[in-house]
Amino acid sequence: MAFYKSCFSSFDTIYIGGGTPSLLSVQQIDNILKAVYHNFDIDRQAEITMEVNPGDVSPAYLQALRKLGINRLNIGIQSFDDTLLKFLGRRHTAQDAVVAINAARKTGFNNIGLDLIYGIHGQEINDWKQTLHKALSFSPEHLSCYQLSLDKKTPLYKQYKKEGLKMTEENQALDFFMTTSKVLTDTGYTHYEVSNFALNDSLRSRHNMKYWRHEPYLGMGPAAHSFTDRKRWWNKAAVKTYLKDISEGKNPVDKSEKLSIEQLALEALFLGMRTKDGINLADYKTRFGSDLLVEKERIIEALIRNKLVEVKNGCLCPTLAGMAVADSLALI
Amino acid sequence: MENIRNFSIIAHIDHGKSTLADRLIQFTGVCNERNFQDQMLDNMDIERERGITIKSNAISLPYRGKDGKEYIFNLIDTPGHVDFSYEVSRSLASCEGVLLLIDAAQGVQAQTLANLYLAMEHNLAIIPIINKIDLPSADINRVLEEIDSELGLDPDTHIKCSAKEGVGIEEILEAIVGRIPPPRGDAANPLAALIFDAKYDAYRGTIIHCRVFEGSVKAGDIIKFMYNGTTYKVEEVGHFLLTRTKREKLSAGDVGYIIAGVKTVADVRTGDTITLQDNPCVQPLPGFKEVKPVVFASIYPIASDDYQDLADSLEKYKLNDASFIYEKDSSAALGQGFRCGFLGLLHLDIVQERLEREFDLSIILSVPSVRYRFTLKDNKVIYVDNPTHYPDPSDIAKGEEPYIRAAMMLPERYLGAVMKLCMDKRGVNSNMTYTGPGRVELSYEMPLGEVIFDFYDRFKSVTQGYGSFDYDMIDYRESNLVLLDILVNGEKVDALSQIVHRDRARARALLACDRLKDEIPRQMYKIAIQGAIGGEIIARSTISAFRKDVTAKCYGGDITRKRKLLEKQKAGKKRMKMIGSVSIPQSAFLAVLKSDND
Repeated sequence: MAFYKSCFSSFDTIYIGGGTPSLLSVQQIDNILKAVYHNFDIDRQAEITMEVNPGDVSPAYLQALRKLGINRLNIGIQSFDDTLLKFLGRRHTAQDAVVAINAARKTGFNNIGLDLIYGIHGQEINDWKQTLHKALSFSPEHLSCYQLSLDKKTPLYKQYKKEGLKMTEENQALDFFMTTSKVLTDTGYTHYEVSNFALNDSLRSRHNMKYWRHEPYLGMGPAAHSFTDRKRWWNKAAVKTYLKDISEGKNPVDKSEKLSIEQLALEALFLGMRTKDGINLADYKTRFGSDLLVEKERIIEALIRNKLVEVKNGCLCPTLAGMAVADSLALI
Repeated sequence: MENIRNFSIIAHIDHGKSTLADRLIQFTGVCNERNFQDQMLDNMDIERERGITIKSNAISLPYRGKDGKEYIFNLIDTPGHVDFSYEVSRSLASCEGVLLLIDAAQGVQAQTLANLYLAMEHNLAIIPIINKIDLPSADINRVLEEIDSELGLDPDTHIKCSAKEGVGIEEILEAIVGRIPPPRGDAANPLAALIFDAKYDAYRGTIIHCRVFEGSVKAGDIIKFMYNGTTYKVEEVGHFLLTRTKREKLSAGDVGYIIAGVKTVADVRTGDTITLQDNPCVQPLPGFKEVKPVVFASIYPIASDDYQDLADSLEKYKLNDASFIYEKDSSAALGQGFRCGFLGLLHLDIVQERLEREFDLSIILSVPSVRYRFTLKDNKVIYVDNPTHYPDPSDIAKGEEPYIRAAMMLPERYLGAVMKLCMDKRGVNSNMTYTGPGRVELSYEMPLGEVIFDFYDRFKSVTQGYGSFDYDMIDYRESNLVLLDILVNGEKVDALSQIVHRDRARARALLACDRLKDEIPRQMYKIAIQGAIGGEIIARSTISAFRKDVTAKCYGGDITRKRKLLEKQKAGKKRMKMIGSVSIPQSAFLAVLKSDND
């Protein structure tokens, strides 16, 4: 952390996640946070999130986390269906999930996010609705609903291949996506990003929003990404070499990139089109010198006519249907 | 002059012309094994790959005959495709004889006949050669019969050979000595030299390929092109060994080249006569004709930034292809481009391929058109080869389109299918003769506009490659013409507009709609494709929208990955043309032109 004292001074969000941090002991987490506070100026109101697996958390553990100042929990529920959990290779059961959420509430966590996955082989839309309703019964402040995607390196991908299972096809994926949005917005949640829902605007993940707004962030740990100004860099992914560099007093950076204006603009487009707030047109013009409404007039007209985007409050925002094709919207 | 033999090899495509030329070159020893490569005379990659000859070519072969005398053989290679028949005729006019090559398995084909007629018109000595006798399917007796019945030649005069195996080559060389007459003419007469080709050389300008009939020409002479009276000072003359080889002079009977500071090949007309300014011949050699393009299409760069590159490339290309013409053109849908004229569809294909290959350009071609003739109500007659210039329908008194006479040879078993195809293509006045057992020669009068629209591919397909085809322009005939427009999401794509016969308009429109539907990738919204005449929609198809493509997660580490993926897609999109709000890939423009039965 000492490497970055000079370029990052203060933070108002901390996110312990990526991988399974709930495998760490309370002591280890304490050490990490102590180091953070020692090196950087952390806002008193900071959002401090930790990702936990339902199987890993005892009431005592949760109690300890709260004492460390962690004020937001993201629980990797994935599903309330044991068959699907097993298929996904998760260590926990639906019962573990229920116990974990209840325990977190009891401990006093009042900002809880649940992660869920849809589009799993064998999962019907009604199964998914049941999982959603089960999740809603805990009134979580935040929900992330991800469509299952298979990285080629994962065991699950190999399993799909081996058993000749089909990925969710487009229409079905759209059905999941739309149903999720409908069920959750009807219940009062804001669908503020492709996969993210918040009970109200102040309960959005402040940390994740930074990624989507090109705000600076500093990532610690193997493969963690950092960004500031126009530069993005990431650490070595192999734990061994990462630790070796650290122990030799070297910065464990794997690679870095300096983004061109075009690259930044493309990122701003595809990140913006993933969010309800969309792209602030005046901002965009200031940053990239291009007036989207003028330069892409014809296509934006067509997109508006086809109800994929709308212009409101000076922003170009995707509609729900537009969010579903955000990647293409970025290529206009 | 007694020791010179000027000849050409004529054959139907694929009957082995280039291979035989290779053998003659090898046998006479003008090149050694080291610098020999297959299809010596086909210089361009595209010629070698397609196995066709596009440009004429010539080579001089020294040969010591069995009589102990030294001979010079000038072999003039000719293009083998109907698009280039004028070039063929000029090459043949430069010869005293031809080797008429016939495939032992396939027998006499349409181009064999067409080329034979050309040779006969020039009173050339004809040596029939049956090639590929090594093939298991060779049927020499049948071919002999065809030589007698279809070609009207004495079958006893034939020579059997296998150019591939090198069999019969010496016999052919001796026949050239014995049966092709030496050139006539007098070196003391005023110069008369026939231009049969011209090639562009970046260092020397235009290399004129010619056959001297009378007189002689040497460096320092002032020559005159009789077609337009322009004069040039000769820098160098020579003949064609493996490379150009300088000589002191070219005299009556010789085949060779002249370099005279001529800037582009367009300044030279194939078929023109060269004479000397201060001692001109009385009249030009016969047979000169100005070749006119018959097929027209516009070429646009995919990226409008490439316009200047395209302009430069066309200029360079034109340096070496006098029959290709172009002028500026612009399209509402595709922006700035060029309207180009071609000798035929093969020529168009070649130009397109060479632009993409040699100049590394991504281009879009509009639907090819022939040149239509309209008589307007005020009696003005206009020619229209670009659908964009289609006159206001209410002004048209009469529309006419060019007709050709197509000559086809095919095994009788395909007769029904070919007749159906010709009728589909509005063929009339058919004529059929049996040229041998099981073989027919079929002729039809057809609108050229139908023939350039996928006729050749379909003809080859229905005859399974056994049919051959050749054509001549005949005249203009009255026709009920309409302008068919294609609209993509309501936007007219003028490069896809076609002038068609009213009866064919719906079928063409449906085909175009179907093709575009297959070729245009799904986009974020529904795309309507329509075919229309005036305001009336006569065909339509719809491309449904894709509705989900977004990836689930996009946090710190995902952003770079995602951006790289999108950058790649963005680069791919650059190869598409935006028409209104729809991206149309280059392949879609081509697909509209292709046959509907493959």
